[in-house]
Amino acid sequence: MFYREAGDFKTSYDADNQTFPIKFDRIGYYVALLVAFLVVPFMINDYWVNAIFLPFLIYAIAAIGLNILVGYCGQVSLGTGGFMAVGAYACYKLMTSFPEVNIFFHVILAGGITAIVGILFGLPSLRIKGFYLAVATLAAQFFLVWLFNRVPWFYNYSASGQISAPERTLFGVPVTGANTSAWATYLFCLVFLVLCALVARNLTRGMAGRKWMAIRDMDIAAEIIGVNPLKAKMTAFGVSSFFIGISGALFFAVYLGAVEVGEAFGISKSFLVLFMVIIGGLGSIFGSFAGAAFLVLLPVLLKNVLVGGLGWPTDTAAHLEFLIVGALIVTFLIAEPHGLAQLWRVTKEKLRLWPFPH
Amino acid sequence: MKLKLATMALGAVMAAAPAMADLVFPSLSYRTGPYAAGGIPFADGYADYFTLLNARDGGIGGVPTKLLECETGYNTEKGVECYESTKGEGALVYQPLSTGITYQLIPKVTADGIPLHTMGYGRTSAANGKVFSNVFNYPANYWNGASLIVNHLLEENGGDLKGKKIALLYHNSAYGKEPIRTLEELSKKHGYDLTLIPVDHPGQEQKSQWLQIRRERPDNVIMYGWGVMNQVAVQEAANIRFPMENFIGVWWSGSENDVLPAGDKANGYKAVTFHNVGSDFPVFDDIQKYVVDAGNAAGAGDQIGTALYNRGLYAAMLAAEAAANAQKIHGTADITPAMMRDGMEALEITEARMGELGMPNFGPSFKVSCENHGGPGTGAIAQWDASAKSWSLISDFSESDMSVIQPLIDADSAAYAAENKIAEGCK
Repeated sequence: MFYREAGDFKTSYDADNQTFPIKFDRIGYYVALLVAFLVVPFMINDYWVNAIFLPFLIYAIAAIGLNILVGYCGQVSLGTGGFMAVGAYACYKLMTSFPEVNIFFHVILAGGITAIVGILFGLPSLRIKGFYLAVATLAAQFFLVWLFNRVPWFYNYSASGQISAPERTLFGVPVTGANTSAWATYLFCLVFLVLCALVARNLTRGMAGRKWMAIRDMDIAAEIIGVNPLKAKMTAFGVSSFFIGISGALFFAVYLGAVEVGEAFGISKSFLVLFMVIIGGLGSIFGSFAGAAFLVLLPVLLKNVLVGGLGWPTDTAAHLEFLIVGALIVTFLIAEPHGLAQLWRVTKEKLRLWPFPH
Repeated sequence: MKLKLATMALGAVMAAAPAMADLVFPSLSYRTGPYAAGGIPFADGYADYFTLLNARDGGIGGVPTKLLECETGYNTEKGVECYESTKGEGALVYQPLSTGITYQLIPKVTADGIPLHTMGYGRTSAANGKVFSNVFNYPANYWNGASLIVNHLLEENGGDLKGKKIALLYHNSAYGKEPIRTLEELSKKHGYDLTLIPVDHPGQEQKSQWLQIRRERPDNVIMYGWGVMNQVAVQEAANIRFPMENFIGVWWSGSENDVLPAGDKANGYKAVTFHNVGSDFPVFDDIQKYVVDAGNAAGAGDQIGTALYNRGLYAAMLAAEAAANAQKIHGTADITPAMMRDGMEALEITEARMGELGMPNFGPSFKVSCENHGGPGTGAIAQWDASAKSWSLISDFSESDMSVIQPLIDADSAAYAAENKIAEGCK
């Protein structure tokens, strides 16, 4: 009834090309932004930010990054954990080597360094495809984790091999270290997420994104119509790793504060982010958000319901949590193989016709 | 979005129900995952002691205790969630039983003013209370463990380890890397060769490591392992017929779960321990009477008297004693985390008190001070008897080589203080 294009007139090409062509969507988007920036920071406490918002925001950045590579460019990657580790260690080295530089730039630079590493490990994608590429990126995962464990320079020769984020401030407000307040870390990560999402959205619907999608759909055909596979694949690896590096840097510096590479950035992290992308929906920015939200919030929700609400033993609850999350993933993928994003798309189509579907 | 709203609504309900009247002891346990074999008995022991206090004495100083259990799965992200969800409920002391989570919590607890007790694990240099005001690791730490093992080897070899080959098989994480510096320093002092053999998480695959041991034939293997890694290592050692009496684990590699899977072949395996073994103490009669017979035993109730159960019990006892001490110092039964910290820093465990608690000779008697949060660092060697299926102490509790360890503690804590701009001093 109210969700349709009819009556929403556009008078310029810019207006026609905007991200949310339907007025209702647009309003919803602005409201969401307003709530995220102006309401949430005043309401959250340490628990909300550390258990729910930070992991959601940071995983959403990682999922957007991986979605560009897997969903838009069709290059399967299992190296996400390793690339997040690059971002984290780059950020750590920068933070400790140049303490006078603002943490904001360190995070961006960490993304840049990860982009270079990502391009390097993306080179094999020019020759190998599909499962074989997955195995090559898996090698990157193991190599990078091994490297950060092996070379003491990366962890500043600390006895335990742990890296810990020192306190750094932004406009005088601490955003890393122990004395942070909930709203500061939340806003810091939110700004990065919004920026990343905007960049990703605009890249994917522009020329770069169309090239990636051409490569994804059929690389030979793409080459024939003039897409340079080298450039397309390398930019996809670069941009994707850039986002993943930022998420890794935030994951270490803002969220956890101390990190051990094998535990925090192991192979399970790669799978987790890949699951987020698949469940959320390949080739969709909204899907990255939905997938991250699903896999971050559901375990916390289940834990609170089963242990906090029903008072069950923690081990039974933890086992049940695995069962329920697993069963839901399978159910979702059977019911909607294209992920939560597709579910949302279908809902929107239905909404357009509602209440007169015939 | 709906999911988010539902979570928010639920979380609000959860957060709105704090029980401030009780003495809250959070238990960040792990009963699932590759480290559950170690996590379950410890969590059971920790829980049972507080159940016992409530049933027998009506709590501590007349105030009932409340145990908040939260499953971490040995995972740092879940550890953060557990910490944040329990700290608002008046948590008095955290014992995460994970070195990774400890590293993360050290700055957080210091900022929040809650004490952290990492008994025999965590950051070893936290023994320097002048830098780590809220972190305690009495009565012994990783470096004490390494030194105690070397002392035992010295004793076996008539005080001379020159030219001996010793291999360190360690969990490739902050935990496993902790003893390396100490063992290197000790190797300079005693002249043995040290080989480092890392095992990656979770440690189910150790074929190549044991092939290396088979090839290099070290005289002794020291193990810093945890969880499933321990049993695999003992099994692999049995497979290559490595003499078990030359294989020594730290206290985290010395539980029944680690040696039982290898059966008779594990006979003679050794581990260092900082508390006594077995269930031959009066306190276990009380546990049977007030906890088990009342049907309140934590978990499956089948762990009582095992090495790690005893450690959980010991940890709970030390926490309860510190709480009682805090009540005495501040003259109030309803203590805050800050008072608890004072109670821990002024804690004194005497042999007489241990006897009163029904745990005579269970652990060392010691006194905590601001300068020394690490306790005496004493320990003994336990050996596994596969036919009797029990551990028995084969040495007395003895001192570790503090002349090597203390400079390392001072250097590492000074580095931490400089990194985080902490002024050394007592509160």
